[in-house]
Amino acid sequence: MKFARVIGTVVATQKDDGVSRRKMLLIQPLSPRLQPSGDTHVAIDAVGAGFDEIVLFASGSSARQTVTTKDTPCDCVIMAIVDLIEVSGVIVYDKSKQVRE
Amino acid sequence: MKPARVVGRVMATRKDESLIGQRLLVLRLTDWNGCESSEEIVAVDAVGSGAGEFVFFVESRDASVALSSNPPVDAAIVGIIDGVALTEEPDGMDVYR
Repeated sequence: MKFARVIGTVVATQKDDGVSRRKMLLIQPLSPRLQPSGDTHVAIDAVGAGFDEIVLFASGSSARQTVTTKDTPCDCVIMAIVDLIEVSGVIVYDKSKQVRE
Repeated sequence: MKPARVVGRVMATRKDESLIGQRLLVLRLTDWNGCESSEEIVAVDAVGSGAGEFVFFVESRDASVALSSNPPVDAAIVGIIDGVALTEEPDGMDVYR
């Protein structure tokens, strides 16, 4: 899994039945130190994430393992909303304090 | 499977139900000598590994098979490395203990 920031939503009226009524969000992948890394993705939201939140996403066929995405044509799913990241003993991100280094 | 070192942890209250009670750890990818690269990912822990440990992990859909709840994860730690013996080493000795 990788970290990402939710940077927008995607609306599509005409789409595969499997992804109808699913919330699609635009996400910017981040390194564990919250630096942008790689291209933006569209992900299906399985946890109720919101704009600007730091989330974890899974890609590939693992993305179909949530209740929301079971048997759907989906290769990227938001499966957790991050509260805290600690790397090498340093708290890189704490949602409750909104500290970002 | 690939080797990595555990360098951090992630806490997430809101997550997929199948991930409740599972530990999410930050891994820095290494080679089999333990030399670290700059790439870091998050993996679910299936073996009880801890900070600083040298581990190996599986990627993609296989990662969700590592846990009985089949969570939506694309990386899972499946072993803690005690030692690696590379046959190319001239004396066949362990390069990591």
